[in-house]
Amino acid sequence: MSVTTLSSPALAQRQPSWLVRLFDYKPFLVVMCLAPAIGLLAVFLTYPLGLGIWLAFTDTTIGRKGIFVGLDNFQYLLTDSLWWNAVFYSVIYTAIATFGKFALGFWLALLLNNHFPFKSLLRAIILLPWIVPTVLSALAFWWIYDPQFSIISYLLVDVLHWRTSNIDFLGSPWPARFSLIAANIWRGIPFVAISLLAGLQTISPSLYEAAMLDGASSWQRFRYITFPMMMPILAIVMTFSIIFTFTDFQLVYAITRGGPGNSTHLLATLAFQRGIAGGELGEGAAIAVSMIPFLVFATLFSYFGLARRKWQQGEAND
Amino acid sequence: MAWDSGLRRLMMIYLPLGCFVLILLFPFYWMAITSFKPNAELMNYKEHNPFWITSPTLAHIKHLLFDTDYPRWLWTTMLVAIGATTLSLIASTLAAYAIERLRFRGSPYVGLGIYLAYLVPPSILFIPLATVVVQFGLFDSPLALILVYPTFLVPFCTWLLIGYFKSIPYELEECALVDGATRLQILRRITLPLAVPGLISAGIFSFTLSWNEFIYALAFIQSGANKTVPVAILTELVTGDVYQWGALMAGSLLGSLPVAIFYSLFVDYYVSSLTGAVKE
Repeated sequence: MSVTTLSSPALAQRQPSWLVRLFDYKPFLVVMCLAPAIGLLAVFLTYPLGLGIWLAFTDTTIGRKGIFVGLDNFQYLLTDSLWWNAVFYSVIYTAIATFGKFALGFWLALLLNNHFPFKSLLRAIILLPWIVPTVLSALAFWWIYDPQFSIISYLLVDVLHWRTSNIDFLGSPWPARFSLIAANIWRGIPFVAISLLAGLQTISPSLYEAAMLDGASSWQRFRYITFPMMMPILAIVMTFSIIFTFTDFQLVYAITRGGPGNSTHLLATLAFQRGIAGGELGEGAAIAVSMIPFLVFATLFSYFGLARRKWQQGEAND
Repeated sequence: MAWDSGLRRLMMIYLPLGCFVLILLFPFYWMAITSFKPNAELMNYKEHNPFWITSPTLAHIKHLLFDTDYPRWLWTTMLVAIGATTLSLIASTLAAYAIERLRFRGSPYVGLGIYLAYLVPPSILFIPLATVVVQFGLFDSPLALILVYPTFLVPFCTWLLIGYFKSIPYELEECALVDGATRLQILRRITLPLAVPGLISAGIFSFTLSWNEFIYALAFIQSGANKTVPVAILTELVTGDVYQWGALMAGSLLGSLPVAIFYSLFVDYYVSSLTGAVKE
């Protein structure tokens, strides 16, 4: 349709002006097209990333330019029990939450892969926890975890009579840690489930038919067909999930702000507390930078996962 | 036999599915029901069933709309989300077009570079970005958020749109080139109209992500009136030792609604582009 409109004689005969010809010059057009994106990313991503690494080696505070202090900040962090505590909790938080999200999300994806009525509606509803701003759902969890009026305590104590006293969700370290992990899993399930569902739907049914003919049990079909076929997508989605769980901020900041007794600080919330709230930009930056080795590891993992499938890299026409 | 498989189906599929839906939706139900509960019922589980409201009230919402800056926060959030989405869509459409359609030497590497930018989390950047924002004189200004949000929106949208442009046949552009159309004309009249569904899903993603953003808004905005909804609720409404749960939950509910409504209008695009992006 549009092709025929373009080939109208009026267009073909008109001599393009120099400006139009300039935009038709491919190298110039490429530069112009890439300029906004690259410009934004250079000014607000690459430069701050470099600046952050520089700040980590200085003693900058808010309102005062710092001087280069070498590895002092990092040496200090190594002696700081709060930093070790944040590393410890960040790792536990990421490990348990990722495991939970993937176990439950995979299960949900397998369930959604069956045929039943209102399937697309259900899929849409299930994405809600992922759509709604994290802080707002975190507030709902904060209220659910209220020491006195928790609805979970009410169910366990007054309705089911399984406990005699209310659960103190956020008042002591370990319950608070697990309460946050539960909220994180809740939020992450939809994304994992929908992504994995997409993967499940790419597996050809003929594989299962062949396996059925060979007498494979449903567990064997899962173990030897579904799971290996899902590996590439699992690897990718998991890398994303690990990176964003490890660097999570909102949930912890909204529900506990690192408390009780600094037991639930993640590296990101500790960096915020030191860097912005406390004004110690250099030290905060050092805490943020201390997350990088972990992220590089996760990204390399992702890169090789991607490279294996030549996924979205623009080089593959296959 | 049929009954047996029906029961099996019930136990293996519908029951767990029901539990999932119940758990995934319960916090929203709890949020909604708290928003309309009078204070007398809110803190009294002995005489009132906490799962239901006997005398619903609009007091919390009224308090929110008339006694706080909530409308202003909603407005700011909307403005920031729309601004950041527009900026990101323009930048990423052009970038995706250049990477996928113009095909220059090194375009795969530029694509990979932009993709990798998505993996740099805001938690690492917010401290240096705060100093950059101050240097530019944008501290405490919503404009700072509009300029900064594209750092995580552009990689995402570009990556989504590259996949989308890929699905548009080359032949259409080649025909137009042969007919003497300039590349800009091709972009404007052929490629962009065909990419509209992709642009819509990129727009929805950007809007929801901007609405959701928290750490930059927390670090760069100081004055109460300029805050975005998520930050303002947490820093302005949470005051004192006794939390006003009714108002807090009403604020969360109202803050979630725009995204939920926006999303429900385009849910088909949303799910298909999400699944499509992963399937690719």
